Amino acid sequence: MSARSAADRDWDSHPPLLWPDYKSTALRAPQQPLVKIARGLSELTGPAYGGPPLTELDRDLTRNGRRNGEPLGERIIVTGRVLDETGAPVPNTLVEIWQANAAGRYVHVADQHDAPLDPNFVGAGRCLTDADGVYRFLTVKPGAYSWRNHPNAWRPNHIHFSLLGPAIASRLVTQMYFPGDPLLAFDPIFLGVPVAARERLIARFSLEATQPEYALGFLFDIVLRGAQGTLMETPFES
Amino acid sequence: MSPSQESSQTPSQTIGPFFAYGLTARQYAYPGAQVTDAIVADETVPGPRIRIEGRVLDGAGIAVPDALVEIWQAGPDGRYAADARGNSGFSGFGRQGTGTDPECRFSFVTVKPGSVGAEHAPHVNVIVFMRGLLSHLYTRLYFDDEASANARDPILALVPCSRAGNRSPARPSIASTSASRVPRRRCSSMSEHAG
Repeated sequence: MSARSAADRDWDSHPPLLWPDYKSTALRAPQQPLVKIARGLSELTGPAYGGPPLTELDRDLTRNGRRNGEPLGERIIVTGRVLDETGAPVPNTLVEIWQANAAGRYVHVADQHDAPLDPNFVGAGRCLTDADGVYRFLTVKPGAYSWRNHPNAWRPNHIHFSLLGPAIASRLVTQMYFPGDPLLAFDPIFLGVPVAARERLIARFSLEATQPEYALGFLFDIVLRGAQGTLMETPFES
Repeated sequence: MSPSQESSQTPSQTIGPFFAYGLTARQYAYPGAQVTDAIVADETVPGPRIRIEGRVLDGAGIAVPDALVEIWQAGPDGRYAADARGNSGFSGFGRQGTGTDPECRFSFVTVKPGSVGAEHAPHVNVIVFMRGLLSHLYTRLYFDDEASANARDPILALVPCSRAGNRSPARPSIASTSASRVPRRRCSSMSEHAG
């Protein structure tokens, strides 16, 4: 795939690389300024999903981890559109998610939080956006969990998102939060985002997206850098 | 939302420590699929076969055990693949975590890329994600047997001379060192291109 252009990363929207309240940034943020470069084919092209066709199971986390029953927790629908900065939909792009279970525990072996695993829940899914840029997942609402960033630190309920987008310059990894979560006010990862941009990471409850007698619906639109379109094949020749 | 309405970028957040079962399930032996892995070009792809191996080091020089590294590269003909896993056996796209190797190495099996356009030396685009990184970083890996092409490369020229020690292109003759400069670049000369 390719992009027509890639706007700069808007640092009024993204958290800074060094954010002392999030302790792990101290040794992992770059110590030198980033080098800004002119974008060419290397940045304006990117991988498209070319694997086996994705199925309903891939995007239904309430079913894709079952062993002997249903996962515990509050079933939710998470849906939205993937757009570029002109507001145009980004079709056929891969959206991958992963999350903790309803008790706040990840299946990852490194997760030591003292909350129960759910034998019927893995917490990972993937889907492609449709022609209108729409993605949709079924899952259970993830629980909050404690971590050791600072005393009595708790992560708000969240779902991790990874998007390929049309080019490597539009690559995005982020986290979706839930409206009204009291932990947001204390979470250094969320608070690293500039104030004006924080709301963009909080999904909206939607009665329209809610499926009667089945699951609550949440809307989460995602805007990727740049504009889509067909890339000129010779951007370097001038 | 109307198609003409301009929108603001969705903020980045860290990939966190628990991405493995979501993004690299096969590599870490979790159930589920994985979009791409360490095999960027299979054995049917013509061209000089190489292995790119390295580590991500933190600011204290300690190898990071929970980073995710992605690469995107052109084929030997200098062209990028249209699909992540096309019929050609060449995807140009690799993804590997650093948590399954005892020394926290990542390793990709691929072919050496050709020049992309007349000005640019052969290179591999590298993206790094990890816990403690609120936005991912981009860099490039060049090859030390391309001295004349590297000397002309406009992107490599942007890296300040004061960071010259971190500009050393990879040495294909010693496979295990071919990407070991990546972590140093992360600390000192990550590109903003995409940024």
